[in-house]
Amino acid sequence: MIENRPVSLFFSHLVLVLGVAVVAFPLWITFVASSHEAVRMTQVPLPLLPGDQFFTNLKLVLFQGLEGSGSPPVGMMLFNSLIMAIMIAFGKIAISLLSAFAIVYFKFRFRMFFFWMIFITLMLPVEVRIIPTFEVVANLGLLDSYWGLSVPLIASATATFMFRQTFLTIPDEMLEAARIDGASPMRFFFDILLPMSRTNIAALFVILFIYGWNQYLWPLLITTDRDMYTVVMGITQMLEAAEQAPDWHLIMMTALMAMLPPALVVLGMQKLFVKGLTETEK
Amino acid sequence: MLKRVHYRGSLLPFLLVAPQIAVTLIFFIWPAGQAVYQSFLVEDAFGMSTEFVWFENFAELSEDPYYLDSFLKTIVFSVLVAGLSMGLSLVMAAMADRVIKGKTAYQTLLIWPYAVAPAIAGALWVFIFDPTLGIMTYALGFLGYDWNHKLNGGEAMTLVVVAAAWKQISYNFLFFLAAMQSIPKSLIEAAAIDGAGPAKRFWTIILPLISPTTFFLLVINVVYAFFETFGIIHSVTQGGPAKATEILVYKVFNDGFVGLDLGGSAAQSVILMGIVIGLTVIQFRYVEKKVEY
Repeated sequence: MIENRPVSLFFSHLVLVLGVAVVAFPLWITFVASSHEAVRMTQVPLPLLPGDQFFTNLKLVLFQGLEGSGSPPVGMMLFNSLIMAIMIAFGKIAISLLSAFAIVYFKFRFRMFFFWMIFITLMLPVEVRIIPTFEVVANLGLLDSYWGLSVPLIASATATFMFRQTFLTIPDEMLEAARIDGASPMRFFFDILLPMSRTNIAALFVILFIYGWNQYLWPLLITTDRDMYTVVMGITQMLEAAEQAPDWHLIMMTALMAMLPPALVVLGMQKLFVKGLTETEK
Repeated sequence: MLKRVHYRGSLLPFLLVAPQIAVTLIFFIWPAGQAVYQSFLVEDAFGMSTEFVWFENFAELSEDPYYLDSFLKTIVFSVLVAGLSMGLSLVMAAMADRVIKGKTAYQTLLIWPYAVAPAIAGALWVFIFDPTLGIMTYALGFLGYDWNHKLNGGEAMTLVVVAAAWKQISYNFLFFLAAMQSIPKSLIEAAAIDGAGPAKRFWTIILPLISPTTFFLLVINVVYAFFETFGIIHSVTQGGPAKATEILVYKVFNDGFVGLDLGGSAAQSVILMGIVIGLTVIQFRYVEKKVEY
C-alpha cells in the first residue's frame, strides 16, 4: 500500500468479500441441499440454511448410492476415483522424471527427436482424438480396468518440461562429484537428483492428482461396468435419473463428496499448489 | 538444454525414455494418425465397406450448416467465458493487490473452485438454476423473469458460460495476482508521488505491465473453453436445447459416439487438432516474451 486511503481500502475489501461470496455461493447451496431430507427438497423455495439430515444422507449415499440411477454406492466410486487419480499422478511423475533425466543428462542419438515427440502430446488432448484412442484401448483389452482408466492419460509433456527445467538448475558440480565418488547414473538419479527435486515433485503431484481425479470424458467412455465408475462421471448418471425423481439432497451430497478430496488437497497444500501451477504452465 | 557435464550414450538413455515414448506412441501418435486417416474415409451405413474419399469429409463439413453453426457457438462461448472469467478475476486481483491484511485469506477462499471437476461444477449450477426448484429460478421469478434453460437456448448458453467462467476464476486470479505482485513497488510509488491515484495507476502502470500475463491467460482460457468444458456441457445441457450449446468438442463426441458418423467425426477431430496446435504455437512463440521493467 502506497498511501493511506481508508475509503478506497474499504472498497477493496468490499469487492473482495462480494467476490468470495459469489464464488462460494454454489458450495453453500450444495452443502445446504445435502443436509435436508427428500421432502423438503421438493418444496419451493428451497432452503438457504442447513438442515439436520447431513449425516443420514452421507451414510445413505456412501454405502447405498442413489436408487434407480444405475450407479454404485458413492463410497465405491470415490475409491475408484482415488485409485485412478493416484495412478495417473504417480505414472506421469515417474515416466516424466525418467525421460527428463535422459534428455538432460545423456547425449544419445535421437535425443531431440524424442524430445519433440513428447512435446507433441501437449497438443493432443483426449477430447480431440477420442474415438481412435478408445479403439486402441478396446483392442488392448483395457476397457473397464484401472489400467485403461489411467495409462492412456499418463504421457505428459508438461511434467517432462518441468523436470527438465528443475534439472537444468541443479549445478554441474553435483554430477562431477558423484562421478568422482564412482556413482553410476542410476545411483546419481536416485540419491542426488530425486532428493533435490522433492518440492517440485510434490507440487506437481498436487496438480496431477486434481487432473486425474477430475477426468470425465475418458472414464465415461471406457467404463461400462458400474463397479468401475468414478465419482465425477457418476454424477451425470444421477442427473439423468433426476429428470424423473429429483433426489437433489443425495445428488448434492455426492457432488460434495466428489469435490471434497481435490479441494482439500488444494487448500492443504496451497503453497505447493500455487508453485506447481505457476511453474508448470509458464 | 543438454548439461555441460553429461553421460555418453549407451543403452540406458533409451531405456529411460522408453516408457514415455511407448505411451506417447500408443495412445497419442497412433490414435492421432488414425483420426487423420479416418477423416479421409467414408463408411457405409452398416459398416461393411469403407471408401477413400480424400477431402470429401472436410468439404462436407465446410458446407454443413450445423457444423458452421457449432463453430460460431464455440467462438461466442469461449469469448464469453474468457471475458467474464478474466474480467472478474482481474478486478479481484487488483483489489487483493491493494489490501494489506488478508491477502492470503482471500486467495484461499478464491482458489478452491480450481479443484472442482467441470462436470461437478455443471451439476452445482444446474441445481441452482433448475427450472422448477432452483434457487436462482425462484429469485428470478420474483423479479418477473421466467427462467427455463431446458427450453430457451439463450438461457442454456448463459448457464454453461456462468458455470465454465466460475470454475476458471481461481486460475486467472492466481496468475493476475502473481503478476501484479511482481511489479516493482518503486514504480507504483513513483507514480503515487507524481499524484496518480489508484485508478490512474491501475490503467497506466499495472495493466500495461501485466499484459504478457493477460495474453497468456487469454490463450489458456480459450483452450479451456474449447476443450475442457466438455464435462460442463455434458452435465448441464447435453448440447441442447436444439443444439443451442453444442460446441465443437461436444459435437465430435456426439457425431462419433452417438451418431456413429466416424469419418465426419474424425474430420472434426483433425480440425480440432489443428486448432490446438495453432494455439500451442501462439502460446510458445509470444508468451515467452517478457516485458522489461
